[in-house]
Amino acid sequence: MRFGVVVFPGSNCDYDCYYVLSRVMQIDTVWLWHEDRDLRGCDCVVLPGGFSYGDYLRTGAIARFSPIMASIRKFVQEGGFVLGICNGFQILLESGLLPGALLPNRDGHFVCRYTYLKVENTDTPFTRLFSPGEVIRIPIAHHQGNFFMPFAELEELKKNRQIVFRYCGPHGEEDERFNPNGSLENVAGIASSDFRVLGMMPHPERASEAILGSQDGKKLFLSLITWLKENQGGRN
Amino acid sequence: MKYCGKIIVVLKEGVFDPQGVTICNALHTLGYGEVVGVKTGKFFEVMVEVESLELARKRIQEMCDQLLANPVIERYSFEVEVGK
Repeated sequence: MRFGVVVFPGSNCDYDCYYVLSRVMQIDTVWLWHEDRDLRGCDCVVLPGGFSYGDYLRTGAIARFSPIMASIRKFVQEGGFVLGICNGFQILLESGLLPGALLPNRDGHFVCRYTYLKVENTDTPFTRLFSPGEVIRIPIAHHQGNFFMPFAELEELKKNRQIVFRYCGPHGEEDERFNPNGSLENVAGIASSDFRVLGMMPHPERASEAILGSQDGKKLFLSLITWLKENQGGRN
Repeated sequence: MKYCGKIIVVLKEGVFDPQGVTICNALHTLGYGEVVGVKTGKFFEVMVEVESLELARKRIQEMCDQLLANPVIERYSFEVEVGK
């Protein structure tokens, strides 16, 4: 089993992802450069957080045209797993690999703090080790995480259970008070309809060791790793 | 011929514009109570060298659709002028 972490010019959470996968999770992990086309046999590709291409034009808008994104698009069509975190989520949306868009935060601020999330769907390879409705604690750090999509599309997303994480209170309260950025219906992370592409604003790689205050993010990586082990890589 | 496409991209109706709201509030603070709304957006000048005005318009529209605007949240308008 192999994971790959993509490095774009301006990525800054790439090493955190690499460290958690290779050292904490003890998984074979490789760097993938944005100009590469070869995904080197990875079972899962991680698009890390940061400011790819300086966030020029719109967050993620330029990264989408990197050579590696053409390979990732093909990889997704073949059933490969992709996890986009923060700027990685923004890139997935700009690429059309996930639906919707991210607007600047409601209050106009960069928000950097721990948030509580409710795991809304545990029937996905990324979340299978969480209990249904489990409240977890994972930090966010972004200026543009205000999820938006037209109403009809949102209904479709809900029907397909593609909303995987929602911001909530410490006891799972899903109200506006606990919405850090103005996201539609407190959406913090969504998946593709086959649940092989996950995009989320919170940073699970920053919550994968006790010394950092939370290990809830580790469970996400562990979920996917156990799924891949049980399904021998799981590619179609 | 050289042409210049002048493109304006703004958020669609109903898409919240936090920058616009912040600027609107600042204008109220400055005493411009008559301000009832502010919209922010982006302006681009794209210079092209093609055979005709028609082709310049077509190519610039394609650029807007593919890159300059995100159709989920934004709409665009543009004019094409003969460039220097």
